[in-house]
Amino acid sequence: MTPLPVSIAAAVASFLLLVVVFELIRSRRLRERYALLWLLTGVVLLALSLWRDGLNTIAGWFGVETYPPAILGAIGALFILVVLLHYSTVISRLSDQNTILAQRLALLEQQVREQN
Amino acid sequence: MADQIADLKRIAIVPALNEEETVGRVIDEIRTFDPGFDIVVVDDGSTDRTAGVAADRGAHVLRLPFNLGIGGAMQTGYRFAFEHGYDIAVQIDGDGQHDPGQLPAILGPVLSGEADLCVGSRFAGESAYRSSFLRRVGIRIFAAVVSAVVRQKVTDTTSGFRAVNRKGIALFAADYPHDYPEVEATVMCVKHKLRLREVPVGMRERGGGSSSITAVRSVYYMTKVLLAIFVGLFRRYAVPVEEEHR
Repeated sequence: MTPLPVSIAAAVASFLLLVVVFELIRSRRLRERYALLWLLTGVVLLALSLWRDGLNTIAGWFGVETYPPAILGAIGALFILVVLLHYSTVISRLSDQNTILAQRLALLEQQVREQN
Repeated sequence: MADQIADLKRIAIVPALNEEETVGRVIDEIRTFDPGFDIVVVDDGSTDRTAGVAADRGAHVLRLPFNLGIGGAMQTGYRFAFEHGYDIAVQIDGDGQHDPGQLPAILGPVLSGEADLCVGSRFAGESAYRSSFLRRVGIRIFAAVVSAVVRQKVTDTTSGFRAVNRKGIALFAADYPHDYPEVEATVMCVKHKLRLREVPVGMRERGGGSSSITAVRSVYYMTKVLLAIFVGLFRRYAVPVEEEHR
């Protein structure tokens, strides 16, 4: 079984993550679209920290007998990987769009110069 | 209504993504209804002749360099309307599902000063509108949530057939929701103390193209919009000042 202090610390940490993400959306520093994965991360980690039997069971599936919270860390790491991969695709799209914008601007400037 | 509207500078904002087959007819129909309407087509990164067709008919065309999504495209239209000093703006989809013949219905409450935003609803009256089961469930959920948040009965939150006055134009030019904006825009208006009215309209089958919301995206869509509405409850809203925005 997960030691109680570990469960409490994990629950507090994931709750804090949720609060921070919520506040970032509210103050419009984070768009809903990019917050969804973080919220999902927070909710899953919070659920698994509170539902200690569940974490035990899942740990059992993977043959983790000695220290169930290891699963919590693994799931957290997995989510972070997914978020990072998602951001890589977002950055790729942004740089493509940035290229198009720069090209359009150059063409426009050339047009304006030649008109004058 | 004719005398009332004649003095007002009015514009139809037509968002279009790959609608070369229908956008021309939409422009013609708006002109048939009222030749005094200026028309701005916002081409949201089409890969077909949408922009060309619209320009050939003499509409203003704003061609976005890449797809911004319907929210970003609509706001481009509202910015145009704001900066060129329009008094009234209507939104009409470029796919032909909105019938410009029904413009008097959605313009009425805005012209008479009863509403700042008037939405054409498929469900407010008798309606022959058909759609899939899941879609109807989604529409019901949105209607219930939005009605509760704005404390007013709203039946069709996703309708993009709308009219706004100068106040609405100023608000939307300054701030408009991203991605799928209609539901959030409705809530936002009421939060900013703009008056909302719904009027029953009929809509047609889409003339071409396909809905921007596919089955795969609808879960993301619902979650995102519900999250935005929920977080929006904790924001403070200022009443917009009409001429301050630049």
